[in-house]
Amino acid sequence: MKITLDHVTKRFPNRNKKIREDVIAVNNFTFEIPDGKLIGLLGPSGCGKSTTLNLISGLEMPTAGRIFFGDTDVTNLPAENRGVGLVFQNYALYPHLTVLDNITFPLGNLRGQEKLTKEQMRYKAMEVAKLVQISELMERRPSELSGGQQQRVAIARALVKMPSVLLLDEPLSNLDARLRLQTREELARIQRETGITTVFVTHDQEEAMSISDLIVVMKDGVIHQIGKPQEVYDKPCNLFVAQFLGTPPINVFEGQLRDGHVFVGEDAVLDIESKEKRYVYVGIRPEGFIPDENGPLVCSLSKIEVMGRDTSVVSTHPAFNGPAIRSIIPSEDVTGIGGETVRFRLKPAKVCIFDRGTQATVNFKVR
Amino acid sequence: MKQSKYKGWLYLLPAILFLGIFMVYPLIDVIVYSFEEGYNFVSQTSQGTGLYNYRYVLRDPYFVQALKNTFVIVIITVPVSTGLALLISLALSSIKPLRNLFQTVYFLPYVTNTLAVGLVFMVLFKKTEYSDGMINLLIKLFGGNSVDFIDGPHWAKMLVMCIYTVWIVLPFKILILTSALASVKEDYYRAARVDGTRPSRIFFRITLPMISPMIFYLIITGFIGAFKAYSDEVALFGTDLNSAGMNTMVGYIYDMLYGNSGGYPSFASAAALILFAVVFTITCINLMVSRNNVHY
Repeated sequence: MKITLDHVTKRFPNRNKKIREDVIAVNNFTFEIPDGKLIGLLGPSGCGKSTTLNLISGLEMPTAGRIFFGDTDVTNLPAENRGVGLVFQNYALYPHLTVLDNITFPLGNLRGQEKLTKEQMRYKAMEVAKLVQISELMERRPSELSGGQQQRVAIARALVKMPSVLLLDEPLSNLDARLRLQTREELARIQRETGITTVFVTHDQEEAMSISDLIVVMKDGVIHQIGKPQEVYDKPCNLFVAQFLGTPPINVFEGQLRDGHVFVGEDAVLDIESKEKRYVYVGIRPEGFIPDENGPLVCSLSKIEVMGRDTSVVSTHPAFNGPAIRSIIPSEDVTGIGGETVRFRLKPAKVCIFDRGTQATVNFKVR
Repeated sequence: MKQSKYKGWLYLLPAILFLGIFMVYPLIDVIVYSFEEGYNFVSQTSQGTGLYNYRYVLRDPYFVQALKNTFVIVIITVPVSTGLALLISLALSSIKPLRNLFQTVYFLPYVTNTLAVGLVFMVLFKKTEYSDGMINLLIKLFGGNSVDFIDGPHWAKMLVMCIYTVWIVLPFKILILTSALASVKEDYYRAARVDGTRPSRIFFRITLPMISPMIFYLIITGFIGAFKAYSDEVALFGTDLNSAGMNTMVGYIYDMLYGNSGGYPSFASAAALILFAVVFTITCINLMVSRNNVHY
C-alpha cells in the first residue's frame, strides 16, 4: 500500500520546563512511499526517524499534517485499526510465551467474523515461520533463542496478520556484524517475497544503502534528501548528506572556485566551465583519487594501509578539515607511492562542491 | 589439596558457629522440649518423654480456637489484600497527575505504628459509654442496628480483624506491585496495541504473567506473615486474647511461654512445631502450584 505523508509535524513539549519551546521531532514532512517498496529512513540518532515510524504506525499522533494509506486518511486512526506490522528495536517478544504463541498472539485479537480456530492460527503461524525460516523453533521461549532468531520471530509476528505496511525500528542494531550482513539480505528477500510496503529505520548508512529501494536522509527532524541509494550517494544535495553516506567518509577540503578552476588550497584540481569566484567546500570520495606523479593535488603522505583488494593511502593537506585524508586505491595501482609527498589526479564524478555558507551542493561542469 | 579442604571449612567457621549457636541449637532445643513432659526452665528437669505435649495442645480448646482464627485470617486476608493491592496498583500506574501523592498516601500505613493504627480502629469500631464508634454511626444512619465490633459477637471481631490486617499489609503489597508493573517494558504494550489487543487480553496475557513472580512472592510472604499474626490482635483486642476468643497460633505460643499462668515451654514448643508444619505444608503447596503458573 502506498503511504503518503502530507506536511506532517510532530512536536513534543520540552522536558526542561524552563524552556517553553517545544521539541520538534518531525518538521513538515512531505513524501510518498510507493507501494511494495523497501524504504530506509536514515539519519544520525535523534533526527526523528523513530518518531516518523511511530507516526506511520499510529502509536504517535501528528501535531499537524495528514497521513494517508493508499487513498484513505488514517491520521486519526489509532494504531490498532491501521493494520500495520511493527518490529521493535529490542523485538519486544513476550518472554513468557513460546515462539508459536508469540506469533499467533496478533491472530488471537481477531473477533467476530474474522475469528480463527486454533488450527487455523497454527497453520498461518507455520506459514510465516517457514518464510522467515524458524519452523523448528516453534516450541521454544524467546530467552532460548539467539538474537538473530529472536529477530526473525519478531518479523514473523509482525507479518502473520498480513499487514498492509511493515515497519521496522532499527531491525539490525542488536545483531553482530556478520549476522547483520546476513539478516539484511534476508530482510530484503522477505520483503520481495511478500511484496509488503516496508519502512525501516536505521542509523547505519551501509545497511540502508544496501537493501533499500529508496532512502530518506534526515537530520534534526528535517528531510534532507530522498532518492535511490546510488543517486543519493553520487549526487548528495548538501554537505551533511555527502558526509553521512559512505565509508570511509568523504574527504572535505576548504577550497575556492576561481578563474574556471577548482582550487583546493593552492592546488587547481579541476577545470570547470563557470568563471565565478566563490568560497566552497570540496568533497572528494575516497575512491575519487588516482595516484599520478604529475597530479595537481599534492598531499604529504602519512602512511599506507594494505587491505588486500584495495589500499588505503592516508595523507594530509593544509586545506583539509580533519585528521587525515583517506583515499582508497586498487592495490595494483599503488606502485610508486612512497617518500614524503603523494600526488593525485581526481575523478570528476567523485568530486562534490558545496557552498561555504549554505553548504548546499554547487553544480559544476568539467571543461 | 588436602590442606585446602580444611581451609574452606576454616573460612566457613564464623558463619557456622554463628548459625549453629543462634539458629540450629535453639531449633533442636525446641524439638527436644516438645517431646519432654512438663519441662521446667528453673530446675531444668522434665517428667518424662513422649507425645503428651502434642496431645495436650491439640485437645486444648484455646489452641483449636487459635488455629481456627489463624486459618480464617489467612484465608480471607491474603487473597483480599493481594487482589486489592493489584487493583490499586493498576489504578495508580494508569493515572499520571497526583500519582506521587496517592502513592505516598497508600504507603503511609506502612510507616505507622501498629498500636497507633489499633487506636484509630478503636475510634472507628469501639463502642463506649459515650460513643458507638464511627462505623456504628454510619450503620445507624442507614437504618441498621449497631454492632459491638470489639467486645461483641465473634464474626464482628473477625471482620474488624480482617479489615485491620488487610489495611496494614496493603501498602507493602502496593509498593511491590507498582514497581513490578512499572518494570514491564512499554514496548510490550506498544506491540500489543499495534496488534489491536483488547485491554482485558493485554492484562491477562501480558501484564499478569509478567508480574506473576512478584504476585507469587506476595502470596507466599502473605501466607507466612498471616500465620505469624499476633501483634495486630493485641492492638485491637488487648493482651488477653484467649478470653476475647481472638487468639492466634503465635499468640497461643506466646501465652504458653510468658502468659499470666506462665511457663509451659513444652506446650509452647509443641505448638510452635505444629505451626511450623502448617506453614511448611502451605508453602510447599504454593511452590508446587506456582511451578505451573508462574512464568520465567
